[in-house]
Amino acid sequence: MRRSAAEHETTEIAFVRRTPLAPQPPPKTMTGALGWLRANLLSTPLNVALTVGVALLLAFAVPELVRFLIVDAVWTGEGRDACLESVQHREIGACWPFIWERLPYFIYGSYPIPERWRVDLFFAMLAVAIAWLMWLDAPRRDLGVFYAFVVLPICAYVLLHGVAAFGLPVVDTVLWGGVLVTLVVASVGIACSLPLGIMLALGRRSRMPAVRLLSTVFIEFVRGVPLITVLFMASVMLPLFVPQYLEPDKLLRALIGIALFASAYMAEVVRAGLQAIPRGQYEGAMAIGLRYWAMMRLVILPQALRITIPNIVNTYIGLFKDTTLVFIVGIFDFLRTIEVARIDPKWATPVTSTTGYAVAAIFYLVFCYGMSRYSRAVEARLAAGESR
Amino acid sequence: MSMHLTRAGARGRPAFYNDPRIRSLAYQFVLCAVIAFLVYGAVANAVDNLRRAHIASGFGFWDASAGFDISQTLIPYSAQTSTYGRAFWVGLLNTLLVAGLGIVLATALGFLVGIARLSKNWLLAKCAAGYVEIIRNIPLLLQLLFWYNAVLKSLPDVRDSIALPGGAFLNNRGLFLPAPNFLHGFETVIVAAGVGLAAAFGFGRWARRRQERTGERAPVLWVTLIFVVGLPAAVFALRGFPLSFDYPQAGRFNIIGGFEVLPELVALLFGLTIYTAAFIAEVVRAGILAVARGQTEAAYSLGLKPGLTLRLIVVPQAMRVIVPPLTSQYLNLTKNSSLAVAIGYPDLVQVFTGTVLNQTGQAVEVVAITMLVYLTISLVTSLVMNIYNRRVALVER
Repeated sequence: MRRSAAEHETTEIAFVRRTPLAPQPPPKTMTGALGWLRANLLSTPLNVALTVGVALLLAFAVPELVRFLIVDAVWTGEGRDACLESVQHREIGACWPFIWERLPYFIYGSYPIPERWRVDLFFAMLAVAIAWLMWLDAPRRDLGVFYAFVVLPICAYVLLHGVAAFGLPVVDTVLWGGVLVTLVVASVGIACSLPLGIMLALGRRSRMPAVRLLSTVFIEFVRGVPLITVLFMASVMLPLFVPQYLEPDKLLRALIGIALFASAYMAEVVRAGLQAIPRGQYEGAMAIGLRYWAMMRLVILPQALRITIPNIVNTYIGLFKDTTLVFIVGIFDFLRTIEVARIDPKWATPVTSTTGYAVAAIFYLVFCYGMSRYSRAVEARLAAGESR
Repeated sequence: MSMHLTRAGARGRPAFYNDPRIRSLAYQFVLCAVIAFLVYGAVANAVDNLRRAHIASGFGFWDASAGFDISQTLIPYSAQTSTYGRAFWVGLLNTLLVAGLGIVLATALGFLVGIARLSKNWLLAKCAAGYVEIIRNIPLLLQLLFWYNAVLKSLPDVRDSIALPGGAFLNNRGLFLPAPNFLHGFETVIVAAGVGLAAAFGFGRWARRRQERTGERAPVLWVTLIFVVGLPAAVFALRGFPLSFDYPQAGRFNIIGGFEVLPELVALLFGLTIYTAAFIAEVVRAGILAVARGQTEAAYSLGLKPGLTLRLIVVPQAMRVIVPPLTSQYLNLTKNSSLAVAIGYPDLVQVFTGTVLNQTGQAVEVVAITMLVYLTISLVTSLVMNIYNRRVALVER
């Protein structure tokens, strides 16, 4: 009875779909550019407001920046008149001729002009060392390390400082300046801080109480004070602590300060890496009869340093930025040369300072951003093993 | 080392120079001897060099008359009558002032940027990321010089001061704010604020205990607001508004009255805030990302709204990850405030390691005192941090 009623009802239905519908594309507003806009920029009223606010900010800032750096910028000229609004009768942006004229000063400082090829050669050698060490698949990287840490420092000293016996007249470090000094300070800091930092980190984890105490005190002391005070200590106290006939050179004092400072920070980075190595690695190394140094050199440090490469590079970025502080103890690094050039009356205009600082900012940004991209690439490469 | 021990077991006592304990003692002895020799040499040289240069040693200069002016003093100070010791305190207070203000501002900006980087809004997230990448990769010193020399020094001069809303003025001599005048009766407002703060704190504790015991929630936010804002405001009104403002007046050659904020302080605050905020943003982002996704999902499946989830589930767990690196950013900011010396803000380093060192020539004492101050700040902070860490650390089963 019931069944027949149901049958009766089904016959009433005019159409029954026997085959499934072909899937339809999603609504236009949910895919493609429109969907993306909706999901990422306009999903809620708050998001709409944020998008509009940020867009307005960008619409104000970006054209202003382009206007200053390119559209209204002065590209050629001799002296300040080219960049003065009152003389040119137009809006004035960046004053590039100031940079062109002062470029040699920014790069070499007051290094004697006939000797500047030596600086160029040093730059080239440094570039080779950096490329060799940074390219992880480079051939003979052990030779690269030898070149960067032994050959390069000796060559750099001979080239830059000069040795009269080789026919290279001595150039006093007072005359060094600009990018040259920045790169020298950064390279010395980088080259010294890693070995020193490793020693300090091992010292801090040592079983000998005296070694552990001395390392810990040094690390915590240096990390607890600002770099400026370390530099002041190196520049005003160091000369007091050595015999008078050994009066260290001003640049050398700053280098010592930077190297000590960076090594304390490096020590903590390396220590973190050492702590990340499982105990079994230490025990395994000891079980096959390796002594302390052999164990460290062959088993522990290669693994620890490998996982800390990104952090080491980050420390180097900090170090590179910190090299600007030698400015304060009277050394003509890149930033100081900009600072000196921008108050030169020959180029005194309202835009000179901003132009100089923009160039400095781009310089540091390129180096530091490059390093940070590199560290991220290495990180991704190291993580490849774990993502399988 | 273990090899020596096994061998020793097989063949009897090893030679004494192969005993690891004796070796380790010998190494440590040699290290200490070398360090002691270096220190002795340094001290002997220093004494010799100082005597030759006719520089006094010791801390006698502390009570000598300073004779130089300081552009910003939070405590009474005068060039004629004040001592070097007084100058030290002035400099230290200026350092603490800029560090305190910088920490508050950088935290606010840093949290905003950090959260913006995680926003679902693509444009906002990309802009925040751009901010962090650019600011982090430019040296702080360069940023300070930019704010001071390129921005603040190129502001209009006194005659064309920019009038800001609220009666403030901005020109190339600094920022001029209305100065508050505390009239008779304001002390009661301060007392009321203190009482309100204590009451709110007590109420918060009581509410938490009750919630843990019975599960009932109290309107903590409203009660806190009433205690902290309402009570002082009511007393303020009852005492007849005992506060007036001394507004700066634009004169022809100077701005008269008001509260003057040095351009150096403004530049330093700008630089430190913007620079440190970029680092704090990364700390905040990492902290929030460190909270496992399952936590949020579990909260949603319990029926908590997104706002409550953030407040009750994500933030408390993220703070555990955020606070230690955040503290080290605060310490960095405090240490970085010493870059004030480059733009002439009278902080501890500028006053003490700069002027006092130049006048007295007592490098060892002056640099040592300065370092000791920063060291004390660092050590006290890490001590507090360790206590905090012990309290919030995950209790593992």
